[in-house]
Amino acid sequence: MSVILKKPLSLTDKKFHYCPGCTHGVIHRLIAEIIDEYDIREQTIGIAPVGCSVFLDWYFNFDIIQAAHGRAPAVATGVKRVLTENVVFTYQGDGDLASIGIAELIHAAARGENITIVFINNACYGMTGGQMAPTTLEKQITTTTPYGRDHKTSGSPFFVPELLTNMHGVGFLSRRAINNPKNIVRTKKSLKTAFKVQMEGLGFSLVEILSICPVNWGMDPQKSMQWLEDNIIPHYPLGDIKMPDFDV
Amino acid sequence: MSKKLLKGNEAIGEAAIKANCRYYFGYPITPQNEIPEFFAKEFPRVGGVFIQAESEIAAINMVYGAAAAGARVMTSSSSPGISLKMEGISYIAAAELPCVIANIMRGGPGLGGIQPAQSDYFQATKGGGHGDYRMIVFSPASVQELYNLTKKAFYLADYYRIPVMILGDGFLGQMMESVEMDGQNDTCEPIPKPWAITGCRGREKQYINTLYLVPEELAELNDRLQEKYRQIKNSEQAYEEYYMEDADFVLVSFGIAARICKEAVDLARDKGIRAGLIRPITLWPFPEKAFADLTRAKNILNVEMNAGQMVEDVKLAVSCKIPVHFYGCTGGLLPSSKEIVNRIEMLGGTPK
Repeated sequence: MSVILKKPLSLTDKKFHYCPGCTHGVIHRLIAEIIDEYDIREQTIGIAPVGCSVFLDWYFNFDIIQAAHGRAPAVATGVKRVLTENVVFTYQGDGDLASIGIAELIHAAARGENITIVFINNACYGMTGGQMAPTTLEKQITTTTPYGRDHKTSGSPFFVPELLTNMHGVGFLSRRAINNPKNIVRTKKSLKTAFKVQMEGLGFSLVEILSICPVNWGMDPQKSMQWLEDNIIPHYPLGDIKMPDFDV
Repeated sequence: MSKKLLKGNEAIGEAAIKANCRYYFGYPITPQNEIPEFFAKEFPRVGGVFIQAESEIAAINMVYGAAAAGARVMTSSSSPGISLKMEGISYIAAAELPCVIANIMRGGPGLGGIQPAQSDYFQATKGGGHGDYRMIVFSPASVQELYNLTKKAFYLADYYRIPVMILGDGFLGQMMESVEMDGQNDTCEPIPKPWAITGCRGREKQYINTLYLVPEELAELNDRLQEKYRQIKNSEQAYEEYYMEDADFVLVSFGIAARICKEAVDLARDKGIRAGLIRPITLWPFPEKAFADLTRAKNILNVEMNAGQMVEDVKLAVSCKIPVHFYGCTGGLLPSSKEIVNRIEMLGGTPK
């Protein structure tokens, strides 16, 4: 008997506390697999956000720093400028990254900080109970847009990686989804490219991952995936947005 | 001997380099701009990292990251900018990270003005940010002391794993005095940081965290912090006494205002009034020890460039047994030594 698939060394044995159907677990595993594959566990430092994934330390088997809400790119900047040989990534949701932390994100990108951002977009605030996020779709119902998001009063969803495309220090931008095995494989490839860009010193890298939040969306996981496919993916085009000139 | 004529703001930079600080993150604001400008110019020569951050908030969070990674690191700002840093300072205190923060104060509230003031005493000594935390707060009164205390701040920050604030004002930041750069006794030796986040090579993984959802665990953090603060209160109180041996009229004042008070003490002494001065050098911990044995004092006059923020600490230090009066000015105005002597006389300070 030979082992052909095992839990990555970069994951701990702790059971995920995430809600049933939540996609954080899949994305955590993808990151852990990549860190194992590159053999960089002992030099990787993750920056946890404020949100459902605040307890990254419970699940990742390497050093973690927990940051204030939205400030992870600034904290990552401080870490990476001290420890230039380490691999530093942030893991942030849409409220943390695109709302309260948008300034820190944009300026880390503008400085070309050699860090990686994993951006989870599930179109709502998860931990606080499903309020509107900057990425909430128009007409989408949340607890703070109970009649549906109306751009006249609550603004329109915006496109995070596209904001960063013309910045000189940005090495890689990609948007992926986690709705089926094919897209999970593509997500992993984008994450792998993002880490590689950092390891090659090619600057700032960001992967947005379109995800679901069944509990706050008020749907079961299957319907949530369907809603992601019918509504979110059509709004946010998938693919690599800015590419380095190598393949992983 | 190595003396240099330095602006106060430059002295902070010189001291930081001497203390082996190699990371500075800041944002421009008057009257402390010479500090980021100093580091932008000098750090490339010594292999340091300077970033002009996009905001005070980003700057203090870069400090959080660099401190977590084990570096000696500092930021600086002036009053409105320090308000913006308060979120980060609370997190730094909770995560028990060492760093140095210089506040070269200007008048407030709001955007206030750009003239010097001392109106951030409450913010610096009573919290400022959320939660039960403290930071060591130094109040220098000369450029030399600014230099010495900045060096010491880095050491104490590392020793106690605590943010240390240098609370200066616009006068101190802008004025030039000669500074003796060598021969200082303050130790700046590096302190090992086994807790730092550096990647888990050769050890178990580590975590820096400020979230505790289990109440008992958060209480445990708070107990540990309070114990640390008790130790600091016992060991780090610092103050200067001026003509206190026989003083029956006591001035209490910090920073630049205390220099004016020294002149007022001299003028009062010329008139035969037995005046003296207590100058807190640490504002937190407040130097209660200086007030423990004021048997001769009949009156205390607190002189500050604010609306009287230190008065309550002085009253507590003397258990309200001695009348504590206040004279101060706001908006960037300065108290005058003559006016201070007038107040002393009005309050019954009479020649003996």
